Amino acid sequence: MAGSIDYREAGLIAGLEVHQQLLTPNKMFCRCPAGLYTETHDGEVLRHMRPTLSELGEYDGTALMEFKTKKNIVYLLHEDNVCTYEMDDTPPFLVNQQAVDIAIEQCLMLGCDIVDEVHIARKQYLDGSIPTGFQRTAIVGVNGRLPFRGRTISITQVSVEEDSCREVSDKGHLVVWRTDRLGMPLIETVTGPDLLTPEEVEEAILLVGRVCRSTGHVRVGIGASRQDVNVSVRGGRRVEIKGVPKASWARRLVHGEAIRQVNLLKLKDELIRRGFVDARSIEVDSADVTALFTASPLSFLTREGWDRFVAGEKRRPGFELGSGPFCVRAARLKGLAGTLAWPTQPELTFAHELAGRIRVIAGLDQSPILLHSEKWPDYSGWLAELRKVRGRLRCGPDDAVVVVWGPDEDTRTAVAEIRLRYIDAVGGVPNETRQPFEDGSTDFERILPGPDRMYPDTDSPPTRVTRERVEGLRASLPARPWDREARWDALGIPKNTAHFLIRRGGATLVEKLVAAGANERDAGFFVGEKLKFLKRKGVPVEAVPHERWVEMFRFFSQKPVLKEAWERIARETGRRPLDPLEATLSDLGLGDPPPAWRDSLLGVVAGAHTTGHDSSPGRLLRHATGLAMRSLRGKVPARDVIAILEVLLSATGGEA
Amino acid sequence: MSTVDPLKGYKGLARETLARLGVRVWSEVELTNDAGSVFTGVILPRSETFDDLHVVLKLKNGYNVGVHASRITGVVETGYKEAVYKIPEKDFPARPNLPKVTLLGTGGTIASRLDYRTGAVIPAFSPGELYGAVPELADICNLTTKKIFGVFSENMAMENYVVLARAIGDEIEAGADGIVIGHGTDTMGHTAAILSFMVQDTPVPIVLVGSQRSSDRPSSDAALNLIHSVRAAAYCDIAEVMICMFGPTSDRYGLLHRGTRCRKMHSSYRSTFRTIGDIPIAMVGRDGFTYLSRDFRKRDRSRKVQVDAVYDDRTTILYYYPGMRPDLVDALVEKGYRGIVIAGTGLGHINKPLYPAIKRAVEAGVHVVMTVQTLWGFAQMYVYDTGRDLLDIGIVPLENMLPETALMKLSWVLAHTDDRNEVMRMMRTPVSHEITAREPHNGYLIMQGGLPETQEWIRGHWK
Repeated sequence: MAGSIDYREAGLIAGLEVHQQLLTPNKMFCRCPAGLYTETHDGEVLRHMRPTLSELGEYDGTALMEFKTKKNIVYLLHEDNVCTYEMDDTPPFLVNQQAVDIAIEQCLMLGCDIVDEVHIARKQYLDGSIPTGFQRTAIVGVNGRLPFRGRTISITQVSVEEDSCREVSDKGHLVVWRTDRLGMPLIETVTGPDLLTPEEVEEAILLVGRVCRSTGHVRVGIGASRQDVNVSVRGGRRVEIKGVPKASWARRLVHGEAIRQVNLLKLKDELIRRGFVDARSIEVDSADVTALFTASPLSFLTREGWDRFVAGEKRRPGFELGSGPFCVRAARLKGLAGTLAWPTQPELTFAHELAGRIRVIAGLDQSPILLHSEKWPDYSGWLAELRKVRGRLRCGPDDAVVVVWGPDEDTRTAVAEIRLRYIDAVGGVPNETRQPFEDGSTDFERILPGPDRMYPDTDSPPTRVTRERVEGLRASLPARPWDREARWDALGIPKNTAHFLIRRGGATLVEKLVAAGANERDAGFFVGEKLKFLKRKGVPVEAVPHERWVEMFRFFSQKPVLKEAWERIARETGRRPLDPLEATLSDLGLGDPPPAWRDSLLGVVAGAHTTGHDSSPGRLLRHATGLAMRSLRGKVPARDVIAILEVLLSATGGEA
Repeated sequence: MSTVDPLKGYKGLARETLARLGVRVWSEVELTNDAGSVFTGVILPRSETFDDLHVVLKLKNGYNVGVHASRITGVVETGYKEAVYKIPEKDFPARPNLPKVTLLGTGGTIASRLDYRTGAVIPAFSPGELYGAVPELADICNLTTKKIFGVFSENMAMENYVVLARAIGDEIEAGADGIVIGHGTDTMGHTAAILSFMVQDTPVPIVLVGSQRSSDRPSSDAALNLIHSVRAAAYCDIAEVMICMFGPTSDRYGLLHRGTRCRKMHSSYRSTFRTIGDIPIAMVGRDGFTYLSRDFRKRDRSRKVQVDAVYDDRTTILYYYPGMRPDLVDALVEKGYRGIVIAGTGLGHINKPLYPAIKRAVEAGVHVVMTVQTLWGFAQMYVYDTGRDLLDIGIVPLENMLPETALMKLSWVLAHTDDRNEVMRMMRTPVSHEITAREPHNGYLIMQGGLPETQEWIRGHWK
């Protein structure tokens, strides 16, 4: 990984917020079906979000930022999966109690203290991802723990909440959301900041995932679980890397963020050294320099280039397009020369931090978003153009320059945002939510929300959680993953198989088979290896009800000979999953020796002789056994067949 | 503040427990339960409607939880911070060249700020507060605000209408270029109807406005409705009593509905108000007005407003249903009701067993009028024999007047006269389009979802 760092020395700490969709037929606050995704729509709604004033009469930082973006928000509706609740035209119905139950199960898995009365809160999101402008969410349990690498990770809380929209596009001032996922129930499991290396973060994501899966009541598949990773280093601040889709991304992301924070802290020292100590000391002014670039080889800085971009992207006034005429605006950053090329994440510089803010807040998203004096593009005449800009801004040698372009109003917002980002830099690491990319880099998404944007949902009454309810759920709670893993490990079941069983729900089947009398090791291998093998071979084993396999193991214990024909039985069961197993076995003629089976072996022996095979005694026996078992597997134990064949072969084939 | 209950909303076990532990609402606490969990937060007031077993805490992370009182093993009070709410005020900028608009408050929360701890909504109302919440208003007009009363819309009653009508008259005479009335949406239609009778010949627009999503929500329609209504009051050319609310549910434009022809048609949609049996007068958007109708009274400062704010509330609506028993009508007469609006079926029908009771009512001097519960269409009682029988009994059909409008008008009329002929003359003579001569074919449009052509239309337009 690029950049090296001693995590302990840097004081890296990380925590997780793992979001897991629940397997309920309906959504959380309305009666729409959950999990029904659509890629088309039959209606559209256009909305805007306004921040509401906080308790102290201030606007929440995030809320204000999102208001500044002046986003037009479009929701795509499909009548199959949304009703008037999701589009915020009907108040919530009573909370889905099945979802609360699953959240309680998760709490019990983690040893949480379950709250006595669940209160629904609203958590504001003004990015449009939820049409109400807030997510309904509630704490169900607190104070849990997770055994991890011989120590304990604290579980701060488990909450139940509604899922948000899926983003379709985000261009300029228009963001489009699909609403199918909106309102589906999720649980969020929050750990303390107890993880100390990127590797631990990855491992903990997988472990929390296995806890969720262990309830047997969660969704699987793409997007069914997403995690936010909170990272900080000593002296830095909590940064939330939002919506990490895969555990395997976590290592590079956490590493990159640790490096970024360490570098931002160094930048802070440098800024202080230069005398930048507060907001007032950061001076950024700007000028319209459109005229300087009318003939520039950088065509995106010309009016014609901009018009082509707008036409090509089909950007419409009042939707994607911001206000005002096209403008190239140059900002002078007084005394900040050298800071734009300051390293941040591996391979990236502080200019990238500015670009992220400008893209999100000013809505200027035409690549490369900005140009700056420390890495101006290389073309003939570039130096002259840059000099003209510096001259126009009356730049001194210590000043840096950033150039942005687009609708005039947006360029002004961009310049204001550049200044704000530098003010943040004086403080070190700003609290941010960052968007992850597969290469391990992140980009600005929004200012991290504070507790001020949480307030009670006046539309929903609290839910009392009685002890009886909790005990009822505890009584049928599946085993915890670490208990299962330890038990299976002792039985010799490989760790990967154990994890597979827990992740894919096979663990529940194993326990059902054991309850029906199966040997746990056999059951574990059957579900974790054999069924997996058949599935890979295309046998639709997932369509087979669990009771069928339970029946199979019951037959195995009554007639152990059947075990030898497990593959044939399983394949046939996959073909006719709804038939009772007895009928399947009877049709296959399995379980009992056919009449005169011993006599038939004489023919086998004779046939084995005529093949002209290499006739050494061992090989001949194996060959004959193979032939015989084709018709006798699952009817006569192989060892009985072998015993007779041995006798027959020695009697007839002494000469061999 | 000394009379404020320090354990607000707490009853029974929860109250006893808090009292015993010596903490109160707004105490900052570290509360421990029998499982050893420590909850750090603030004790919140509890809703009176919740049970008496739980203590509500707002945790540091902003979430609320309820802890069963019997499970509390210890509380340490670390502080006390009573929430003092002050809505930030910014001076509403005075711009002499802009029109003067007066906003009258009746209690609906058009703009408000949230009490983040309890979730209670604190109304923003003064121009300074409104400017803080909806700064766009300052670009439209010079705003004056007056709080007339603070009641929920469902608690508005006749005496409130009188006060409101007089206040409107006073403001107009004092030179307002337009009036906006902040009102809860539930009975906004009723208020708009009766104001249409109580305040006549207005020289300027009178615009009622509210919101379907309270203004503490980021997605609220309140700010946009307020902007639209203030713009309409300041600039539009329609000098009538109107309702200004969302056209579609999208943030697109508002509609100006005539006060006597408008009805709330959905319990929660933003676009809940619809003009019934006619078309809205105008659209109001970011770029001004689109007049849909030419048939309205124009703004004219020289006209003198007539306030005639009287009422008799011994009136009611009988919403007819099959099998309605005649003793209901007798009971109304017995209780002294003077006017009955029937919302009849179809063209204006009720069942035969009611006839004698109605006849007794009419003979007792009660004024009985007929409207239709279909809302759209006319009471046309000449079509069937049953209708003609009802006319003979003395029921007077009110054409296409909406039932609620008819009730409001009857209350107003009965304060002027008890003479049967005069009552019926006044009822049947439209003051402000409450009866229209013609129903345009696009005055009745309820698109049926699912039809291919409707789906096609929905796909191509903002909902």
